[in-house]
Amino acid sequence: MKIAQKSIKFLTIVAIALFSISGYAVDADKNQDPKKDGGQVNTKTEVEEYILHHIKDSHDFSLFSYTSDSGERKHLGFPLPVILWSSEGLVTFMSSEFHHNDDGHVIVEKDGLKFAKIHSKIYELDSDAATVAFDDTHHATNAHKVLDFSITKSAFGLILIGAFMLLWFSKLARQYKTKKVPTGFGRILEPLVLYVRDEIARPNIGEKHYRRFTGYLLTVFFFIWILNLAGLTPLGFNVTGQLAVTACLAIFTLVIYTVSGTKGYWMHMIWMPGVPVLIRPVLAIIELAGALVIKPFSLLVRLFANISAGHIVVMSLIAIMFTLQESLGVVGATGLSLLLSFFITLIEVLVAFLQAYIFTMLSALFIGMAVDDHKHH
Amino acid sequence: METLLNDFSPGLFVVSTILLLALIALMIKFAWKPILNSLEERESGINNALEAADNARKEMQNLQSDNEQLVKEAREERDAMLKDARDIKEKMISEAKEEAKGVATTLIENAQASIEQEKQAALAEIKKSVADLSIGIAESVIKRELASKEDQLQLVEGILKDVTLN
Repeated sequence: MKIAQKSIKFLTIVAIALFSISGYAVDADKNQDPKKDGGQVNTKTEVEEYILHHIKDSHDFSLFSYTSDSGERKHLGFPLPVILWSSEGLVTFMSSEFHHNDDGHVIVEKDGLKFAKIHSKIYELDSDAATVAFDDTHHATNAHKVLDFSITKSAFGLILIGAFMLLWFSKLARQYKTKKVPTGFGRILEPLVLYVRDEIARPNIGEKHYRRFTGYLLTVFFFIWILNLAGLTPLGFNVTGQLAVTACLAIFTLVIYTVSGTKGYWMHMIWMPGVPVLIRPVLAIIELAGALVIKPFSLLVRLFANISAGHIVVMSLIAIMFTLQESLGVVGATGLSLLLSFFITLIEVLVAFLQAYIFTMLSALFIGMAVDDHKHH
Repeated sequence: METLLNDFSPGLFVVSTILLLALIALMIKFAWKPILNSLEERESGINNALEAADNARKEMQNLQSDNEQLVKEAREERDAMLKDARDIKEKMISEAKEEAKGVATTLIENAQASIEQEKQAALAEIKKSVADLSIGIAESVIKRELASKEDQLQLVEGILKDVTLN
Protein backbone atom coordinates (compact mmCIF):
# COMPACT_ATOMS: atom_id res chain seq x y z
CA MET A 1 0.00 0.00 0.00
CA LYS A 2 2.74 2.37 1.02
CA ILE A 3 4.85 1.56 -1.98
CA ALA A 4 1.85 2.11 -4.24
CA GLN A 5 1.21 5.50 -2.66
CA LYS A 6 4.81 6.51 -3.05
CA SER A 7 4.97 5.46 -6.66
CA ILE A 8 1.78 7.40 -7.35
CA LYS A 9 3.35 10.49 -5.84
CA PHE A 10 6.48 9.97 -7.84
CA LEU A 11 4.54 9.48 -11.05
CA THR A 12 2.57 12.65 -10.43
CA ILE A 13 5.73 14.65 -10.00
CA VAL A 14 7.26 13.16 -13.12
CA ALA A 15 4.09 13.81 -15.09
CA ILE A 16 3.98 17.43 -14.01
CA ALA A 17 7.62 17.87 -14.87
CA LEU A 18 7.30 16.28 -18.28
CA PHE A 19 4.14 18.21 -19.04
CA SER A 20 5.70 21.50 -18.12
CA ILE A 21 8.77 20.91 -20.21
CA SER A 22 7.43 19.16 -23.28
CA GLY A 23 4.09 20.91 -23.49
CA TYR A 24 5.36 24.37 -23.62
CA ALA A 25 9.08 24.53 -23.66
CA VAL A 26 9.69 25.23 -27.27
CA ASP A 27 6.98 27.78 -27.49
CA ALA A 28 9.20 30.61 -28.51
CA ASP A 29 7.77 34.04 -28.97
CA LYS A 30 8.59 34.89 -32.53
CA ASN A 31 6.67 38.12 -32.54
CA GLN A 32 8.36 39.40 -29.39
CA ASP A 33 9.85 42.84 -29.40
CA PRO A 34 12.94 42.84 -31.57
CA LYS A 35 15.50 43.09 -28.82
CA LYS A 36 18.90 41.99 -29.94
CA ASP A 37 19.62 39.84 -26.91
CA GLY A 38 16.33 38.03 -27.16
CA GLY A 39 14.70 39.54 -24.09
CA GLN A 40 17.34 38.89 -21.49
CA VAL A 41 17.06 40.86 -18.30
CA ASN A 42 20.32 42.68 -17.74
CA THR A 43 19.93 46.39 -17.23
CA LYS A 44 18.50 48.24 -14.30
CA THR A 45 15.27 49.24 -16.02
CA GLU A 46 14.79 45.73 -17.32
CA VAL A 47 15.25 44.36 -13.83
CA GLU A 48 12.72 46.82 -12.47
CA GLU A 49 10.25 45.90 -15.16
CA TYR A 50 10.84 42.24 -14.57
CA ILE A 51 10.27 42.54 -10.82
CA LEU A 52 7.10 44.56 -11.28
CA HIS A 53 5.93 42.03 -13.78
CA HIS A 54 6.61 39.19 -11.39
CA ILE A 55 4.70 40.89 -8.58
CA LYS A 56 1.65 40.98 -10.83
CA ASP A 57 -0.48 38.03 -11.63
CA SER A 58 0.34 36.11 -14.76
CA HIS A 59 -1.69 34.16 -17.28
CA ASP A 60 0.85 31.39 -17.74
CA PHE A 61 2.81 29.31 -15.36
CA SER A 62 6.40 29.95 -16.33
CA LEU A 63 9.34 28.72 -14.32
CA PHE A 64 12.09 30.49 -16.23
CA SER A 65 13.05 31.55 -19.73
CA TYR A 66 16.29 31.39 -21.62
CA THR A 67 17.70 32.22 -25.01
CA SER A 68 18.54 29.30 -27.25
CA ASP A 69 21.61 29.16 -29.44
CA SER A 70 19.60 30.35 -32.38
CA GLY A 71 18.73 33.53 -30.47
CA GLU A 72 15.15 32.52 -29.79
CA ARG A 73 13.61 33.29 -26.41
CA LYS A 74 12.24 30.11 -24.85
CA HIS A 75 10.01 29.76 -21.82
CA LEU A 76 9.81 26.79 -19.51
CA GLY A 77 6.38 26.34 -18.02
CA PHE A 78 2.86 25.60 -19.11
CA PRO A 79 -0.14 27.64 -20.27
CA LEU A 80 -3.24 28.22 -18.19
CA PRO A 81 -6.82 28.67 -19.37
CA VAL A 82 -8.04 32.19 -20.08
CA ILE A 83 -11.70 32.77 -19.28
CA LEU A 84 -13.11 36.16 -20.27
CA TRP A 85 -16.47 37.82 -19.98
CA SER A 86 -16.39 39.94 -23.10
CA SER A 87 -18.99 42.13 -24.77
CA GLU A 88 -20.23 39.02 -26.56
CA GLY A 89 -20.30 36.76 -23.50
CA LEU A 90 -17.99 34.04 -22.34
CA VAL A 91 -14.76 33.47 -24.29
CA THR A 92 -12.15 30.85 -23.39
CA PHE A 93 -8.78 29.92 -24.83
CA MET A 94 -5.37 28.87 -23.59
CA SER A 95 -2.89 31.55 -22.58
CA SER A 96 -0.30 30.05 -24.94
CA GLU A 97 -2.07 31.90 -27.76
CA PHE A 98 -0.52 35.13 -26.52
CA HIS A 99 2.97 33.62 -27.00
CA HIS A 100 4.20 35.28 -23.80
CA ASN A 101 3.60 38.67 -25.31
CA ASP A 102 2.72 41.23 -22.70
CA ASP A 103 2.67 44.54 -24.53
CA GLY A 104 -0.35 44.15 -26.80
CA HIS A 105 1.42 43.17 -29.99
CA VAL A 106 -0.11 39.71 -30.26
CA ILE A 107 -3.79 39.82 -31.09
CA VAL A 108 -5.83 36.72 -30.34
CA GLU A 109 -8.99 36.36 -32.38
CA LYS A 110 -11.74 34.31 -30.83
CA ASP A 111 -15.46 34.22 -31.65
CA GLY A 112 -14.96 37.25 -33.86
CA LEU A 113 -13.47 39.28 -31.02
CA LYS A 114 -9.89 40.49 -30.75
CA PHE A 115 -7.94 40.32 -27.48
CA ALA A 116 -4.54 41.63 -26.49
CA LYS A 117 -2.56 41.30 -23.27
CA ILE A 118 -0.94 44.46 -21.91
CA HIS A 119 0.92 44.32 -18.59
CA SER A 120 -0.83 41.15 -17.50
CA LYS A 121 -4.25 42.60 -18.26
CA ILE A 122 -6.37 41.36 -21.12
CA TYR A 123 -8.00 44.01 -23.31
CA GLU A 124 -10.75 43.59 -25.84
CA LEU A 125 -10.09 45.58 -29.00
CA ASP A 126 -12.79 47.70 -30.52
CA SER A 127 -14.41 45.92 -33.44
CA ASP A 128 -12.82 48.11 -36.10
CA ALA A 129 -9.29 48.04 -34.71
CA ALA A 130 -6.69 45.66 -36.01
CA THR A 131 -3.84 46.53 -33.65
CA VAL A 132 -3.69 48.23 -30.30
CA ALA A 133 -3.02 51.95 -30.46
CA PHE A 134 -1.33 53.63 -27.51
CA ASP A 135 -1.38 57.24 -26.35
CA ASP A 136 1.61 59.07 -24.87
CA THR A 137 1.16 57.58 -21.42
CA HIS A 138 1.06 54.10 -22.88
CA HIS A 139 -2.66 53.65 -22.37
CA ALA A 140 -4.57 51.75 -25.01
CA THR A 141 -6.93 54.07 -26.84
CA ASN A 142 -8.95 51.63 -28.89
CA ALA A 143 -9.33 48.78 -26.41
CA HIS A 144 -10.99 48.24 -23.03
CA LYS A 145 -10.43 45.84 -20.18
CA VAL A 146 -12.65 42.80 -19.93
CA LEU A 147 -13.73 40.92 -16.86
CA ASP A 148 -11.06 38.28 -16.59
CA PHE A 149 -12.02 35.10 -14.75
CA SER A 150 -8.97 33.26 -16.03
CA ILE A 151 -7.31 30.56 -14.04
CA THR A 152 -4.24 32.73 -13.65
CA LYS A 153 -1.05 31.70 -11.97
CA SER A 154 -2.46 32.89 -8.63
CA ALA A 155 -5.72 31.05 -9.11
CA PHE A 156 -3.76 28.00 -10.14
CA GLY A 157 -1.59 28.27 -7.03
CA LEU A 158 -4.68 28.71 -4.92
CA ILE A 159 -6.19 25.53 -6.36
CA LEU A 160 -2.93 23.63 -6.03
CA ILE A 161 -2.31 24.58 -2.40
CA GLY A 162 -5.99 24.13 -1.60
CA ALA A 163 -5.80 20.61 -3.01
CA PHE A 164 -2.69 19.87 -0.96
CA MET A 165 -4.34 21.21 2.17
CA LEU A 166 -7.40 19.08 1.58
CA LEU A 167 -5.22 16.06 0.95
CA TRP A 168 -3.02 16.51 4.01
CA PHE A 169 -5.64 17.46 6.52
CA SER A 170 -8.32 15.03 5.42
CA LYS A 171 -5.67 12.33 5.69
CA LEU A 172 -4.93 13.54 9.20
CA ALA A 173 -8.65 13.47 9.94
CA ARG A 174 -8.88 9.89 8.68
CA GLN A 175 -5.93 8.87 10.84
CA TYR A 176 -7.84 9.71 13.99
CA LYS A 177 -10.42 7.09 13.15
CA THR A 178 -7.93 4.29 13.72
CA LYS A 179 -5.41 5.75 16.16
CA LYS A 180 -5.24 8.27 18.94
CA VAL A 181 -1.95 9.83 17.89
CA PRO A 182 -1.24 10.54 14.22
CA THR A 183 1.85 9.21 12.53
CA GLY A 184 4.03 10.47 9.70
CA PHE A 185 3.25 13.89 8.27
CA GLY A 186 0.19 14.15 10.49
CA ARG A 187 2.51 14.34 13.47
CA ILE A 188 3.79 17.65 12.09
CA LEU A 189 0.34 18.97 11.25
CA GLU A 190 -1.33 18.14 14.55
CA PRO A 191 0.67 20.53 16.75
CA LEU A 192 0.10 23.28 14.18
CA VAL A 193 -3.65 22.72 14.34
CA LEU A 194 -3.46 22.71 18.12
CA TYR A 195 -1.37 25.87 18.02
CA VAL A 196 -3.97 27.76 15.98
CA ARG A 197 -6.77 26.47 18.15
CA ASP A 198 -5.14 27.04 21.53
CA GLU A 199 -2.99 30.10 20.87
CA ILE A 200 -5.04 32.04 18.32
CA ALA A 201 -8.70 31.05 18.37
CA ARG A 202 -9.28 30.21 22.02
CA PRO A 203 -7.64 33.19 23.77
CA ASN A 204 -8.88 35.80 21.29
CA ILE A 205 -12.46 34.66 20.80
CA GLY A 206 -13.10 33.14 24.19
CA GLU A 207 -13.93 29.71 25.48
CA LYS A 208 -17.63 30.05 24.74
CA HIS A 209 -17.62 30.89 21.05
CA TYR A 210 -14.26 29.86 19.62
CA ARG A 211 -15.49 26.52 18.30
CA ARG A 212 -17.66 28.12 15.64
CA PHE A 213 -14.80 30.08 14.05
CA THR A 214 -11.87 27.74 14.45
CA GLY A 215 -12.52 26.08 11.09
CA TYR A 216 -12.31 29.37 9.25
CA LEU A 217 -9.25 30.52 11.16
CA LEU A 218 -7.43 27.24 10.57
CA THR A 219 -8.17 27.39 6.85
CA VAL A 220 -6.98 30.97 6.58
CA PHE A 221 -3.87 30.36 8.65
CA PHE A 222 -2.66 27.37 6.68
CA PHE A 223 -3.74 28.89 3.38
CA ILE A 224 -1.74 32.08 3.94
CA TRP A 225 1.24 30.35 5.47
CA ILE A 226 1.65 27.67 2.84
CA LEU A 227 1.14 30.13 -0.01
CA ASN A 228 3.62 32.54 1.57
CA LEU A 229 6.14 29.73 1.68
CA ALA A 230 5.28 28.64 -1.85
CA GLY A 231 6.03 32.21 -2.91
CA LEU A 232 9.60 31.74 -1.68
CA THR A 233 10.17 28.69 -3.86
CA PRO A 234 11.35 29.03 -7.45
CA LEU A 235 7.76 28.33 -8.51
CA GLY A 236 7.36 32.03 -7.89
CA PHE A 237 3.79 32.17 -6.69
CA ASN A 238 2.72 35.54 -5.42
CA VAL A 239 -0.81 34.63 -4.41
CA THR A 240 -0.81 36.29 -1.00
CA GLY A 241 0.76 39.33 -2.65
CA GLN A 242 -2.30 39.77 -4.85
CA LEU A 243 -4.64 42.50 -3.66
CA ALA A 244 -7.61 40.55 -4.97
CA VAL A 245 -6.79 37.55 -2.81
CA THR A 246 -5.96 39.45 0.37
CA ALA A 247 -9.06 41.60 -0.15
CA CYS A 248 -11.09 38.45 -0.48
CA LEU A 249 -9.71 37.08 2.80
CA ALA A 250 -10.20 40.40 4.58
CA ILE A 251 -13.78 40.62 3.38
CA PHE A 252 -14.47 37.11 4.65
CA THR A 253 -13.30 38.19 8.09
CA LEU A 254 -15.37 41.36 7.82
CA VAL A 255 -18.48 39.39 6.88
CA ILE A 256 -17.95 36.90 9.69
CA TYR A 257 -17.56 39.43 12.47
CA THR A 258 -20.32 41.65 11.09
CA VAL A 259 -22.79 38.78 10.85
CA SER A 260 -21.94 37.23 14.20
CA GLY A 261 -21.79 40.55 16.10
CA THR A 262 -23.88 40.55 19.26
CA LYS A 263 -26.38 43.18 20.29
CA GLY A 264 -23.89 44.59 22.76
CA TYR A 265 -21.28 44.91 20.04
CA TRP A 266 -23.59 46.94 17.81
CA MET A 267 -24.83 48.99 20.74
CA HIS A 268 -21.27 49.93 21.59
CA MET A 269 -20.61 50.81 18.02
CA ILE A 270 -23.71 52.84 17.19
CA TRP A 271 -24.79 54.31 20.51
CA MET A 272 -21.90 54.08 22.95
CA PRO A 273 -23.19 53.90 26.52
CA GLY A 274 -21.54 55.93 29.25
CA VAL A 275 -20.60 58.79 26.95
CA PRO A 276 -22.27 62.22 26.62
CA VAL A 277 -25.11 62.02 24.11
CA LEU A 278 -23.64 64.68 21.86
CA ILE A 279 -20.43 62.72 21.37
CA ARG A 280 -22.23 59.48 20.58
CA PRO A 281 -22.89 60.16 16.86
CA VAL A 282 -19.28 61.18 16.36
CA LEU A 283 -18.10 58.03 18.07
CA ALA A 284 -20.54 56.00 16.00
CA ILE A 285 -19.01 57.32 12.79
CA ILE A 286 -15.52 56.52 14.02
CA GLU A 287 -16.51 53.09 15.26
CA LEU A 288 -18.39 52.19 12.11
CA ALA A 289 -15.53 53.36 9.91
CA GLY A 290 -13.14 51.37 12.06
CA ALA A 291 -15.15 48.19 11.95
CA LEU A 292 -16.29 48.27 8.35
CA VAL A 293 -13.38 49.94 6.56
CA ILE A 294 -10.21 50.32 8.59
CA LYS A 295 -10.05 46.84 10.08
CA PRO A 296 -10.46 44.89 6.83
CA PHE A 297 -8.33 47.44 4.97
CA SER A 298 -5.49 47.05 7.44
CA LEU A 299 -5.77 43.29 7.12
CA LEU A 300 -5.64 43.26 3.34
CA VAL A 301 -2.93 45.89 2.97
CA ARG A 302 -0.68 44.42 5.67
CA LEU A 303 -0.57 41.00 4.07
CA PHE A 304 -0.32 42.31 0.51
CA ALA A 305 2.40 44.83 1.30
CA ASN A 306 4.52 42.50 3.39
CA ILE A 307 4.53 39.71 0.88
CA SER A 308 4.98 41.97 -2.15
CA ALA A 309 7.79 43.82 -0.42
CA GLY A 310 9.45 40.54 0.42
CA HIS A 311 9.31 39.42 -3.18
CA ILE A 312 10.63 42.75 -4.42
CA VAL A 313 13.52 42.74 -1.94
CA VAL A 314 14.52 39.17 -2.70
CA MET A 315 14.40 39.77 -6.43
CA SER A 316 16.27 43.05 -6.18
CA LEU A 317 19.01 41.37 -4.19
CA ILE A 318 19.21 38.61 -6.76
CA ALA A 319 19.45 41.31 -9.43
CA ILE A 320 22.58 42.68 -7.76
CA MET A 321 24.27 39.91 -9.73
CA PHE A 322 23.68 41.91 -12.90
CA THR A 323 23.39 45.49 -11.78
CA LEU A 324 26.60 45.60 -9.75
CA GLN A 325 28.58 43.43 -12.12
CA GLU A 326 30.50 46.38 -13.51
CA SER A 327 31.60 47.82 -10.20
CA LEU A 328 32.19 44.59 -8.24
CA GLY A 329 33.13 42.15 -10.94
CA VAL A 330 31.34 38.91 -11.71
CA VAL A 331 32.47 37.03 -8.60
CA GLY A 332 31.95 39.93 -6.22
CA ALA A 333 28.48 40.78 -7.48
CA THR A 334 27.37 37.15 -7.51
CA GLY A 335 28.77 36.50 -4.05
CA LEU A 336 27.19 39.58 -2.57
CA SER A 337 23.91 38.78 -4.23
CA LEU A 338 23.88 35.19 -3.01
CA LEU A 339 24.83 36.18 0.54
CA LEU A 340 22.25 38.94 0.84
CA SER A 341 19.45 37.05 -0.85
CA PHE A 342 20.17 34.00 1.30
CA PHE A 343 19.73 35.95 4.52
CA ILE A 344 16.74 37.92 3.32
CA THR A 345 15.11 34.65 2.26
CA LEU A 346 15.62 33.31 5.76
CA ILE A 347 13.91 36.39 7.09
CA GLU A 348 11.14 35.92 4.54
CA VAL A 349 10.55 32.40 5.86
CA LEU A 350 9.93 33.98 9.23
CA VAL A 351 7.76 36.68 7.68
CA ALA A 352 5.72 34.02 5.89
CA PHE A 353 4.75 32.54 9.23
CA LEU A 354 4.44 35.89 10.95
CA GLN A 355 2.01 37.31 8.40
CA ALA A 356 -0.14 34.20 8.50
CA TYR A 357 -0.14 34.42 12.28
CA ILE A 358 -0.95 38.13 12.34
CA PHE A 359 -3.77 37.83 9.84
CA THR A 360 -5.32 34.93 11.69
CA MET A 361 -4.75 36.46 15.10
CA LEU A 362 -6.29 39.80 14.11
CA SER A 363 -9.23 38.03 12.48
CA ALA A 364 -9.74 36.09 15.70
CA LEU A 365 -9.42 39.27 17.72
CA PHE A 366 -12.00 41.12 15.61
CA ILE A 367 -14.37 38.16 15.78
CA GLY A 368 -13.76 37.95 19.52
CA MET A 369 -14.68 41.63 19.95
CA ALA A 370 -17.86 41.09 17.98
CA VAL A 371 -19.09 38.02 19.87
CA ASP A 372 -18.04 39.29 23.30
CA ASP A 373 -20.96 39.54 25.73
CA HIS A 374 -20.13 43.12 26.83
CA LYS A 375 -21.32 42.33 30.31
CA HIS A 376 -18.73 44.44 32.04
CA HIS A 377 -20.72 47.65 31.43
CA MET B 1 -2.67 54.26 -5.28
CA GLU B 2 -3.66 54.36 -8.92
CA THR B 3 -1.26 51.55 -9.75
CA LEU B 4 -2.63 49.60 -6.82
CA LEU B 5 -6.17 50.01 -8.05
CA ASN B 6 -4.99 49.20 -11.55
CA ASP B 7 -3.35 46.06 -10.27
CA PHE B 8 -6.48 44.97 -8.48
CA SER B 9 -8.10 42.36 -10.65
CA PRO B 10 -11.84 42.03 -10.13
CA GLY B 11 -11.81 38.78 -12.06
CA LEU B 12 -9.24 37.23 -9.77
CA PHE B 13 -11.22 38.57 -6.83
CA VAL B 14 -14.32 36.71 -7.98
CA VAL B 15 -12.36 33.56 -8.81
CA SER B 16 -10.51 33.53 -5.51
CA THR B 17 -13.71 34.24 -3.58
CA ILE B 18 -15.37 31.21 -5.14
CA LEU B 19 -12.32 29.02 -4.71
CA LEU B 20 -11.71 30.12 -1.13
CA LEU B 21 -15.33 29.66 -0.14
CA ALA B 22 -15.20 26.17 -1.59
CA LEU B 23 -11.89 25.51 0.15
CA ILE B 24 -13.16 26.75 3.52
CA ALA B 25 -16.32 24.66 3.22
CA LEU B 26 -14.46 21.53 2.14
CA MET B 27 -11.77 21.96 4.78
CA ILE B 28 -14.35 22.41 7.52
CA LYS B 29 -16.34 19.41 6.38
CA PHE B 30 -13.57 16.96 5.59
CA ALA B 31 -10.71 18.13 7.76
CA TRP B 32 -11.35 20.53 10.62
CA LYS B 33 -14.56 19.08 11.99
CA PRO B 34 -13.32 15.51 12.28
CA ILE B 35 -9.88 16.65 13.42
CA LEU B 36 -11.17 19.00 16.09
CA ASN B 37 -13.76 16.49 17.25
CA SER B 38 -11.16 13.76 17.57
CA LEU B 39 -8.77 16.12 19.33
CA GLU B 40 -11.44 17.13 21.81
CA GLU B 41 -12.41 13.52 22.32
CA ARG B 42 -8.81 12.61 22.94
CA GLU B 43 -8.32 15.51 25.33
CA SER B 44 -11.42 14.66 27.33
CA GLY B 45 -10.28 11.03 27.35
CA ILE B 46 -6.92 12.07 28.75
CA ASN B 47 -8.58 14.29 31.34
CA ASN B 48 -10.89 11.49 32.40
CA ALA B 49 -8.01 9.07 32.67
CA LEU B 50 -6.05 11.53 34.78
CA GLU B 51 -9.04 12.13 37.01
CA ALA B 52 -9.61 8.42 37.39
CA ALA B 53 -5.98 7.92 38.33
CA ASP B 54 -6.27 10.72 40.86
CA ASN B 55 -9.37 9.21 42.37
CA ALA B 56 -7.76 5.80 42.53
CA ARG B 57 -4.79 7.27 44.31
CA LYS B 58 -7.04 9.05 46.78
CA GLU B 59 -8.94 5.85 47.40
CA MET B 60 -5.70 4.04 47.98
CA GLN B 61 -4.70 6.67 50.48
CA ASN B 62 -8.05 6.35 52.20
CA LEU B 63 -7.69 2.60 52.35
CA GLN B 64 -4.22 2.93 53.75
CA SER B 65 -5.29 5.33 56.45
CA ASP B 66 -8.24 3.05 57.22
CA ASN B 67 -5.86 0.16 57.61
CA GLU B 68 -3.64 2.16 59.86
CA GLN B 69 -6.63 3.15 61.93
CA LEU B 70 -7.68 -0.47 62.22
CA VAL B 71 -4.23 -1.57 63.28
CA LYS B 72 -4.07 1.23 65.80
CA GLU B 73 -7.44 0.33 67.23
CA ALA B 74 -6.50 -3.32 67.43
CA ARG B 75 -3.33 -2.45 69.23
CA GLU B 76 -5.19 -0.26 71.70
CA GLU B 77 -7.68 -3.00 72.30
CA ARG B 78 -4.92 -5.48 72.93
CA ASP B 79 -3.26 -3.10 75.37
CA ALA B 80 -6.52 -2.59 77.20
CA MET B 81 -7.14 -6.32 77.38
CA LEU B 82 -3.67 -6.93 78.74
CA LYS B 83 -4.15 -4.21 81.32
CA ASP B 84 -7.49 -5.67 82.37
CA ALA B 85 -5.96 -9.10 82.69
CA ARG B 86 -3.17 -7.78 84.83
CA ASP B 87 -5.62 -5.91 87.03
CA ILE B 88 -7.76 -8.99 87.41
CA LYS B 89 -4.72 -11.06 88.32
CA GLU B 90 -3.60 -8.60 90.97
CA LYS B 91 -7.07 -8.35 92.33
CA MET B 92 -7.38 -12.11 92.52
CA ILE B 93 -4.06 -12.42 94.29
CA SER B 94 -4.86 -9.75 96.83
CA GLU B 95 -8.30 -11.24 97.40
CA ALA B 96 -6.75 -14.66 97.94
CA LYS B 97 -4.27 -13.17 100.37
CA GLU B 98 -7.01 -11.46 102.34
CA GLU B 99 -9.01 -14.62 102.48
CA ALA B 100 -6.02 -16.65 103.59
CA LYS B 101 -5.24 -14.12 106.23
CA GLY B 102 -8.82 -14.28 107.51
CA VAL B 103 -8.80 -18.05 107.57
CA ALA B 104 -5.45 -18.09 109.42
CA THR B 105 -6.71 -15.59 111.95
CA THR B 106 -9.81 -17.64 112.71
CA LEU B 107 -7.71 -20.79 112.92
CA ILE B 108 -5.33 -19.13 115.35
CA GLU B 109 -8.20 -17.75 117.38
CA ASN B 110 -9.83 -21.15 117.50
CA ALA B 111 -6.56 -22.71 118.54
CA GLN B 112 -6.02 -20.11 121.21
CA ALA B 113 -9.58 -20.64 122.49
CA SER B 114 -9.11 -24.39 122.59
CA ILE B 115 -5.73 -23.96 124.29
CA GLU B 116 -7.35 -21.73 126.91
CA GLN B 117 -10.08 -24.28 127.35
CA GLU B 118 -7.56 -27.07 127.74
CA LYS B 119 -5.61 -24.92 130.17
CA GLN B 120 -8.70 -24.24 132.26
CA ALA B 121 -9.55 -27.92 132.19
CA ALA B 122 -6.01 -28.83 133.21
CA LEU B 123 -6.01 -26.28 135.98
CA ALA B 124 -9.33 -27.56 137.23
CA GLU B 125 -7.95 -31.07 137.20
CA ILE B 126 -4.87 -29.90 139.06
CA LYS B 127 -7.00 -28.19 141.64
CA LYS B 128 -9.04 -31.36 142.00
CA SER B 129 -5.86 -33.47 142.32
CA VAL B 130 -4.44 -31.01 144.87
CA ALA B 131 -7.64 -31.18 146.81
CA ASP B 132 -7.60 -34.96 146.61
CA LEU B 133 -4.01 -35.03 147.68
CA SER B 134 -4.61 -32.62 150.49
CA ILE B 135 -7.47 -34.76 151.67
CA GLY B 136 -5.31 -37.89 151.37
CA ILE B 137 -2.51 -36.24 153.31
CA ALA B 138 -4.86 -35.03 155.90
CA GLU B 139 -6.37 -38.52 156.10
CA SER B 140 -3.05 -40.22 156.57
CA VAL B 141 -1.98 -37.58 159.02
CA ILE B 142 -5.07 -38.06 160.98
CA LYS B 143 -4.73 -41.84 160.69
CA ARG B 144 -1.15 -42.01 162.08
CA GLU B 145 -1.74 -39.79 165.06
CA LEU B 146 1.54 -38.51 165.22
CA ALA B 147 3.40 -38.27 168.38
CA SER B 148 5.70 -35.55 167.70
CA LYS B 149 5.47 -32.45 165.97
CA GLU B 150 8.69 -33.26 164.21
CA ASP B 151 7.33 -36.49 162.81
CA GLN B 152 4.29 -34.67 161.57
CA LEU B 153 6.37 -32.14 159.64
CA GLN B 154 8.53 -34.97 158.28
CA LEU B 155 5.56 -36.75 157.10
CA VAL B 156 4.09 -33.66 155.30
CA GLU B 157 7.36 -33.03 153.64
CA GLY B 158 7.59 -36.66 152.61
CA ILE B 159 4.12 -36.60 151.18
CA LEU B 160 4.81 -33.32 149.42
CA LYS B 161 7.95 -34.87 147.94
CA ASP B 162 5.90 -37.71 146.61
CA VAL B 163 3.40 -35.37 145.04
CA THR B 164 4.97 -34.09 141.94
CA LEU B 165 3.08 -31.42 140.40
CA ASN B 166 2.33 -32.64 137.18
